[in-house]
Amino acid sequence: MNKIKSTTVPIPLDNIDTDQIIPARFLKATNREGFGENLFRDWRYDKEDKPVKDFVLNHSTYQGEVLVAGKNFGCGSSREHAAWALADYGFKVVISSFFADIFKSNALNNFILPIQVSDQFLSYLFKAIEKNPKLEVSVDLETQIFSIPDLGMSTNFEINSYKKECLMNGYDDIDYLIALNKEVKTFEETHIYAS
Amino acid sequence: MGIAAPKTLFEKIWQKHVVQAKEGFPDVLYIDRHFIHEVTSPQAFSGLHKRGIPVAKPKQTIATADHNIPTKDQHLPIKELLSKKQVDTLIKNCNDFDVELYGIGHEKQGIVHVIGPELGITLPGMTIVCGDSHTSTHGAFGSIAFGIGTSQVEQVLATQSLLQYRAKTMKIEINGTLEKGVVSKDIILFIISKISASGGTGYFVEYCGTAIESLSMEARMTICNMSIEMGARGGMIAPDQTTFDYIKGREFAPKGEAWEEAMAYWKTLKTDEGATYDKVISFDAAEIEPWITYGTNPGMGIGISQNIPDVAVNSTAKDMEKSLGYMGLSKNQALRGKKIDYVFIGSCTNSRIEDLRMVADFVKGKKKANDVNVWIVPGSKKVEAQAIAEGLDQVFKNAGFDLRQPGCSACLAMNEDKVPAGKYCVSTSNRNFEGRQGPGSRTFLVSPLMAAAAAVTGEITDVRKLM
Repeated sequence: MNKIKSTTVPIPLDNIDTDQIIPARFLKATNREGFGENLFRDWRYDKEDKPVKDFVLNHSTYQGEVLVAGKNFGCGSSREHAAWALADYGFKVVISSFFADIFKSNALNNFILPIQVSDQFLSYLFKAIEKNPKLEVSVDLETQIFSIPDLGMSTNFEINSYKKECLMNGYDDIDYLIALNKEVKTFEETHIYAS
Repeated sequence: MGIAAPKTLFEKIWQKHVVQAKEGFPDVLYIDRHFIHEVTSPQAFSGLHKRGIPVAKPKQTIATADHNIPTKDQHLPIKELLSKKQVDTLIKNCNDFDVELYGIGHEKQGIVHVIGPELGITLPGMTIVCGDSHTSTHGAFGSIAFGIGTSQVEQVLATQSLLQYRAKTMKIEINGTLEKGVVSKDIILFIISKISASGGTGYFVEYCGTAIESLSMEARMTICNMSIEMGARGGMIAPDQTTFDYIKGREFAPKGEAWEEAMAYWKTLKTDEGATYDKVISFDAAEIEPWITYGTNPGMGIGISQNIPDVAVNSTAKDMEKSLGYMGLSKNQALRGKKIDYVFIGSCTNSRIEDLRMVADFVKGKKKANDVNVWIVPGSKKVEAQAIAEGLDQVFKNAGFDLRQPGCSACLAMNEDKVPAGKYCVSTSNRNFEGRQGPGSRTFLVSPLMAAAAAVTGEITDVRKLM
């Protein structure tokens, strides 16, 4: 991932927890695929499994690789299935004014970029999308700039340098850790709780 | 070298576990104990299979089945095919990778955050992780314990280490004495409603003060358990004599010389005089009454004598409207006297023997209200056995409670234990999210005492009035 230009999918609600992103009853799979089908299941479908008309994912108007959501996105359960569901559905970026810690780390481990903007910027963005549902936004990971080209607006976003490199090059934490095998073994020799 | 700077408990344990600290990179943290369960581990094991690598430290890895298992007829094969496949996958993975599994029917089986402490696996000064956000429970022993995602479960299985940024530190101090009828669950529900469901994000919390020190280990676990519900990475309480007494003699606790060595380490586990936290908050225990949530996140809570506010801390009018609409409630409404349909007593928050005793003491000689279903689900086989040995099962039976078998049950409703749509459930669990206890279910989070009171009256009741 480096540059993304896309229309957005807005969900202007705060505290969207991972139980909403993917309800527990869909966590029975033993692989990582197919969770997108049940993304936001109980907001997206009614009791008879019919699409809920006014939910944003059921609007053909709102499409794109960028999800825009209210503050404290991804709170609650640590289920990585939430990140898998978002990725499987096709989201590459989530914009919010605040992310829950575990979700943020799960997102990054699945090459979804969580972009934290100010409350003000977020509320402006929601308004702009409301005005123009086909509004395009652009993300440049290298320069760490999120912008709305048509409105001439942009903001910097933070990402730590290690994770940035992982995202840009498709690296995984596990490769990094496996390469430290010797250091871990040495550490274990004198550590109280190592077996 | 000068005199070492004073450190917080969190900093001490963190530093003891750093394998590598490198500028521009997260720390490489050594993990002492790794708990795994059927729901968040299969994809991690698949990763090991694909790479053809073993579990680095099988002896530091402990598995159980809890999230997705029935709480009735556990001696029979699991009926739900996907659930059965998930549990069977755990059995196979534990066999393939030589990991000890306390599976269904095993005398040590139970909710992962109940069995760790009760078996003496969880010890002070450890780093503990699990693919479950309520891993913060183990912080009650003065350990750094936190929930991780499945990619990280794979990392820990493969390397016994994790890449982690150090969290900021927050001290939450509660001094004073709790009123009768007010218990540790009320303390944590109170705190979360004061600082909101996101007020702890980015922090590791240390709870202290006389009100915390006076609590039993099980009561402390309830508090640390819900640290995640304010967004904190974890919560911890410095170990003291209460902690050491609880651990001593437990199956996997250190014994003999090892005990003495461990004690020498454990006694260093407290925040130094003069150490600073990034944030400090204090409350007076006298402010706390039996607490209850009214909304759809754990930050939306009030004291039982209060009415629903216009807006919860750190919330918006729009969020309140959505939450109250879902709950079928309105602003300024009192919850006292509200008719309820279900009571759930269980979960990693409140399913330990003290919780069951507290409920049994209260309901002894009473009966549940006619139109209420009451489920009581022990946290482990050991808790279940202890409850039976003490005759609590008879108390529950006489009260009309349905005592089920150990598991996570209706806390997250992955199994058959679901609250039907639109129904109200008074619950001792940890989350009141939309649909958490079943699609369309409506949850009020409370203490075991408040749950017992609601079970008996069939409505939301101030338990103090019945004591």
